This record gives sequence, structure tokens and C-alpha cells, in this order.
Amino acid sequence: MAFPTLSSPHTARPNETRRVMAEVLLALLPGIAALVWYFGWGVVINIALASAVAVAAEAAVLALRGRPALPAVSDLSTLVTAWLFAVSVPPTLPWWLTLVGIVFAVVVVKHLYGGMGQNPFNPAMAGYVLLLVSYPVQMTAWLPPSVLTEHPLTFSQSLAVIFQGAPPAGLAWDAITQATPLDVMRQKLGLSYTIAEIRQSPLWGDFGGRGWEWVGNWFLLGGVYLLWRRVITWHIPAAMLGALLFAAGVFWLVDPNTHPFPAFHLFTGGTILGAFFIATDPVTACTTPRGQLVYGAAIGLLVYAIRSWGGYPDAVAFSVLLLNLAAPTIDNYTRPRVFGHAGGGQRED
Amino acid sequence: MTLAALHTPTARRLWEFHGGLHLPDHKRESTGAPVRRAPVPARLVLPLQQHIGMPSHLLVQPGQAVLKGQLIARPNGQVSAALHAPTSGTVVAIAEHVVPHPSGLAAPCVVIESDGHDAWAELPPPMPDWATRDPAELRERVRWAGVVGMGGAAFPSSVKLAPGPDREIHTLIVNGAECEPYITCDDLLMREHAARVIAGALIIRHVVGARRVLVGIEDNKPEAAAAMRRAAAVDCRIEVVVIPTKYPSGGEKQLVRVLTGVEVPSHGIPAQVGIVCHNVGTAAAVADAVLDGRPLISRIVTLTGGGVREPCNLEALIGTPARELVAQAGGYAPDAAKLILGGPMMGFALPDDGVPITKAANCLLVPTTAESPDPGPPLACIRCGRCADVCPVELLPQQLYWWARAKDLDRAQDYDLFDCIECGCCAHVCPSHIPLVQYYRYAKTEAWAKEQDKRRAEQARRRHEARVTRLERQESERKAKLRKKKEELDAPAGDPGTDPKKAAIQAAVERAAAKKAALAAQGVTPANTADLSPAQQRQVDAAEARRTVAPEGTD
Repeated sequence: MAFPTLSSPHTARPNETRRVMAEVLLALLPGIAALVWYFGWGVVINIALASAVAVAAEAAVLALRGRPALPAVSDLSTLVTAWLFAVSVPPTLPWWLTLVGIVFAVVVVKHLYGGMGQNPFNPAMAGYVLLLVSYPVQMTAWLPPSVLTEHPLTFSQSLAVIFQGAPPAGLAWDAITQATPLDVMRQKLGLSYTIAEIRQSPLWGDFGGRGWEWVGNWFLLGGVYLLWRRVITWHIPAAMLGALLFAAGVFWLVDPNTHPFPAFHLFTGGTILGAFFIATDPVTACTTPRGQLVYGAAIGLLVYAIRSWGGYPDAVAFSVLLLNLAAPTIDNYTRPRVFGHAGGGQRED
Repeated sequence: MTLAALHTPTARRLWEFHGGLHLPDHKRESTGAPVRRAPVPARLVLPLQQHIGMPSHLLVQPGQAVLKGQLIARPNGQVSAALHAPTSGTVVAIAEHVVPHPSGLAAPCVVIESDGHDAWAELPPPMPDWATRDPAELRERVRWAGVVGMGGAAFPSSVKLAPGPDREIHTLIVNGAECEPYITCDDLLMREHAARVIAGALIIRHVVGARRVLVGIEDNKPEAAAAMRRAAAVDCRIEVVVIPTKYPSGGEKQLVRVLTGVEVPSHGIPAQVGIVCHNVGTAAAVADAVLDGRPLISRIVTLTGGGVREPCNLEALIGTPARELVAQAGGYAPDAAKLILGGPMMGFALPDDGVPITKAANCLLVPTTAESPDPGPPLACIRCGRCADVCPVELLPQQLYWWARAKDLDRAQDYDLFDCIECGCCAHVCPSHIPLVQYYRYAKTEAWAKEQDKRRAEQARRRHEARVTRLERQESERKAKLRKKKEELDAPAGDPGTDPKKAAIQAAVERAAAKKAALAAQGVTPANTADLSPAQQRQVDAAEARRTVAPEGTD
């Protein structure tokens, strides 16, 4: 009797790329639900739009490359890119900006570098940064959280804002949009207000901006799920958050009037989302355990530096992209000690 | 069964190794019944190379009658093994036959047709007094018996029994871990022949001069561990240690680490750290050879997997075709998908069930499609690092894959490619289903080939350089000689009396003149046609002939 001869191991494989990606999408759901709760339907519309554009762009570029589209699209990685992009941009972002950002992310950042697994930069963050640098006004015009606004947008109003660029009848843009808490903090600190004065505003919650801090909590829940499912390891989130807390803590201790307290940095902006979902993108992050600690810590420090002294209110995307560049080098110098090589083992007796 | 004894904590501290896998062990399928003896097949096929090292040197001819246990091939060099006839019969052919090798290629084999008598040859005398014998004598017996490592590596055991004079061995480790799923031949051997294994261990201890013996058994084999503990009670220097079940704790270096905390150096062997490691099956074979004078002609083979109807363990003669053993196990189930020699992690798929059982064949696994599904086309590596998490050697498989794929062999070796033990953990957990081990095997083979090419090129270069230097030296010597000659000629002729050379020449000239004068006085004139070689004579004759036929007056 003749049999097929495949290479060992001959086991049923417990893992699958598609399942890994599906778990990431699943872990994003609590954070997305919180975003929708606080910032309205625009988030959902953006996610749907980004997903559709991403899948179409990926299928198109694969057709151009002469590769079968189905296996690549069905690995769900492009959806992860789309969702991460969509939860990072303002819920009122004009549709064509989403289109530009996603097409750039999928076609240029992912596929021009060789596609899945070959891209040196995080596609979602590269798309986000392209838009942030090119269209800063649209990219920083966030809605106020629903707990603060008198005019929450309905679903159809959100559609109109995104697709027609028209604010609801009778309302000016300024009435419905607002700077993010990080932006407010920056501007007011620049005007020599103290932290205590700045925090008088109803914009602020217990740690960060009202609403915002809860979005962070729900993303954190998703992050813990990823840790539990072993989709990610603790190294990058712990190093990144630890370094950010450390830097913020040092400066806060030096002068608490002009430096926000550490928990503020943790629960505003994209810190939690970045630590668990973006910096941990395996393709572009460091892959050795020690390298991941260096990588995460460097991102945390850069986030603090850019937020405090840089030209942009938030810094997760910039920091991640910068460290993406450094990842191969960090990996090279942080290789684990291989079994049987100098420095390990114990002599008994 | 004293299962309670297993739960008494051992005083021995155990160590960990990085990574590894907790796999469903599938041991129970094949441990339900005791080991059965498989019937003697009509034809046995014995590959001349069933071991690491040189193929054995053949001692029989086609048509020759052989008896069971008769030596039919002797070891060819130090690292080689003897081969014996597993039953009595006739050598019907010495020919190429498909052997159990991943390539599926044929290799020289001795084919024996059984005569059905199973009659023994005369065997060497048992050595019940082994404890007082010289280790060299026992080593020679093991070498005669053709014992090789029976855990799968098939390295000639006699070589491992001679660790060298400068290496002091303090510990013998007997490997009963049997960490791969499905395989139970060592489990059953320990349950049924614990005393034999212990006897073998004591003999090996004596030969290598170890102080103590540690028997490592994974905790999923409580019956085997209990039987071994009972048998080991004969000697206080033997300790049976139950270790946690984790693949690949049965790997030699992993087991050494777990039991002693010592890391065998990279590219090194355990003997360098005073340890020798033998499989339980090898220990039993050593005991057979020394206590009974019986060569290695059979072994226990596990027949298992959802693709055989009645999983079991069989004691099979070496050379029995796989298909006959499958038939003994009830035959194939309808959904048999593959035939694997060895376990699911490191075994290799056989193309055909006509291949014979060899000394290292511990298991024939016939999985169903559900047990061993086609992993499908591999996707791109996303560098998730799960492979690195489970690598027992703490390599970075994702990076090695990258270099292997890029054929950057230098980088691959820089990332310690050759420390890979090919256990398959990385490929098992890879979410992209990349056949990682295959890539590493490929890269290793390429690196070996390149290394060999380099060595050859280096040799050729050295030869070429030596030649160039030689030619240069000869040239300069020649020139020096010429120069010297020229200088001598140019130099003004000195007084012959002062130069001994010139004086000698002068004397020779005078002698010649005197001789000539003497000859002339006798009437002999010098002729240069004396003492001609035949060729010269022919030339002279030809010239004479031309002269005679040439028209007159033309000179």
C-alpha cells in the first residue's frame, strides 16, 4: 500500500493565522462598543467603510501581483488593519480620507513591501500618520463624548457628516466637534495654566478625559483577553506602559503643576489601544523577548517625549513607526542564549 | 501495583528546559495488551546500514544457509554495527531494496528466506560474571551483538560505551522518558522486562565506570515507573526518577538537563560533562548480549494510530516488512491516511508498507486524516514568535526560517542552525502552518554541502599554491645556477695550480691526450661510430642508403 509522504510533524495543528486575527478582532469589540457609546455611530460607519475599502484594495493589489486573493483576504489580517485604523481616526472623518488612508496602508505600506509578513511598518499606523501629517484639521476634530455634548449625532446625521461633509442643520462645526483632552492639555499648558486649573473643566474625568478614560478601560479588557489567549505576550504592553508611567511619574514628582499625573498619560489618547493592539503587531514589532522589552519601553518613552515636547498632541503612532524601524536591529542584539552555549546550565554537586 | 509509591515525593530536584509542548499523549490506545511475538515472516529484508556510521561489511553470499543469530555482516570500522540473521533460512539475494529512509530510496540489503525452523546458531557463552570482567571484553561483546541506540538514533552502542580515557563518567542516564505521543514500546518493555533493563543498566554502569544510574521516566507511565522501581531495588546506586511529561524531555540533552541541571555544550556530547545516556531498549539489548550471548535480532514495535484496527505492541524480528506487522495489528482501518515510522513529531512518512523494520524502528503509526490532517498550503510568517516560545533549545525559529528561505546560510548558522534538534515543536504551533523543520533540514544539508565544497576548494587552492611556489623555486634555482656558470666563464682563467677544479680538468685533458697518443701508437684511430644505440645505428644506415642511391655528382 502506498502512502503520501509529508514532512514531520504529522500532528493536527492547533493554531491558525485566521484564528489569531479573529481573536484580535474579537478583543477589539469591547473598546469599539465603548467608542460607539461615547462618540456615536460615526465609529461604526468608519469601521464598515474602512473594512470594505481594505478588502477591495487587498483583492485588487493581489490580482495585480498575480496572487490568489482568497487565502490572503481570508486570513483577516487586512480587517485588523482596517479596524485599528478606524478606531484611531475621528468619528467624523470625511469618507475620502478613510479611503486615502486605507489604500495607502494596504497598497503601499503592506503590499509594496511584499504583503503579509513582509511590511516593516505597521500599516494602520502608517495610514493614520499620513493623514495626520497631511490633514491635521480633520484628523484632530473629535466629537466630544456623549456625556458632554448637547447634540449627539444620530445615525443619519453621522452618515451625512462623513459622506457629505455637512454638519446637521442649524449647527456649526464648532458646536459638534471639540479638541481631544490631550490637545486641550497641551494648549492650556502652553498658555501657562496649571494642571489644577486645567482640570476645572467638565471635560475631565477621574484620570483622563471624560469618556476617553472608559474607552481605554474597555480596550484594556480586550488586551487582557489577548494575553489570556496568548495572542500577545506581556512584554511589549508592560514595557511600554511601565516606561510611560515611569517617565510621567518622574516629571510629575518634579513639578506636579506643569506635568500631568502619570495615570493621565495612561488613560488618554491611544495609550492602551497602542500598548495592547498596535505596538504588539507581530510583523513589525521585535520578536525576541528581551527585544520586546526594549522596544516597548522605547515606545513608552517616545510617547511621553512627543506628548510633552513634540508638535503633536498624541504620539503612539509616531513612536510605533519609529520603533518599527529599529526592530530588526534590536532583535539582532537581544537574541536569547541558546541551550548549551556559554553562560547557562548548572553543575550539580 | 503500588501507585501510591509514585506519589511519594522524590528527594531529587528536577530542572526545566525552555519551551516544549504538552501534547495529547495517545499512549493508552496501544498499552491495553501485553507485548505479543509477531510470527516469523517468510522473507526478511536486512539493510546493511541500520545505524549511524559505515555500512556493515557483508559476510554471506546468495544461496548460503544461515542460522538464527549467525553473524552475516561485521562492523566496518569503529562507528559501525554487526548484523545477524534474525531466523534460520537461506540468503536468497543481496540486492537493493527500499529501506526506511525519508528519501524513499533503495539501499543494499540481505534478503533471507526463512526455513520455518527458527534454529539457533551456536552463540557465544553467557557472561554471568560480567561484574568481574574487563570492560573492554564486555564492550567487544556488545559490538559483536550489533547493539545500536534503540531510541531512534541508532548510534552504535559500543562507541558510546567507550567514552575515552580522559573522560571520567560519573552518571549513567537511562532514558525511559518516551516523550513522543503514541509510542509505547519502551513503556511496555519497562513494565514487562524491568529486571532486564536494570541488569543492562548495571552492566553499562560497570563498563563506563559511572558511580550512579538515573532512570528518567515521564509521569504518564506510572506502571512502568513502578515496575522499574521494584526492579531497581537490587542496587542502591540506581535511582528511578519520575519526570513531568513534556515533549521533548526524552531528547538526550533535554533529559540530561531535567535530571541533572547540566547543559551539554552545543555541538558536544554528554560524555564531555561526565554523563552517558542510553535508551531502556538499548540497556535490555546489552543485557541480552552479555547475560545470554544473544545478538540484537528483534525489537518491540508499537503499532498504533486510528488507522490500524487493533493498536498493540509486537516483538518483531528485524527485517520484518511493515505490512506484516500492520496485518498482525488487525490491518488498516478504512480511513488510514499515512504510514509513519516513529512518532507524530519526529517520525517520517513511509511511501510504502513494504519497507522492513530496522533496529531503530520503535513505532509504526498509522494516523487517520483527523489525526494527521494535511496542514494545507503554508501562509506567510507573521513573526508571532510562538515557535520561539516552544523551542526547547531557545532558538529563534522565525529568524532561522527567514535566513533559510533567503538561503543565507551564514546568517542561519550565526543563529545557531546546527543546535536545532528537529523536534518539530515550532512547526506544530506555527499558525501559518509553515513546514519549519523541513526548512532547517534543507539549510543544514546545504550548509554541509557548502562546507564540503569550501574544504575541497581550500585543498585545491593549497595544492595550487604549493605548485606555484615549487615552480618559482625551481626557476630561481635554475637562474642561480646559470648565473654562477656565467660568472665562472666570465672570470679570468686563473693559474690551474691554484684552482683544484681547473687542475682536475687539466689533468683529465692530459690523461686523454696521453691515451690518444698511446692508441695512435698502436694504430687505432678514434671513431665516433663505436657504441651506437640501435636508433643511432638505424639513422646511420638510412643515411648510408640515401648516399648510395643519390644521383652521382650532386654533392
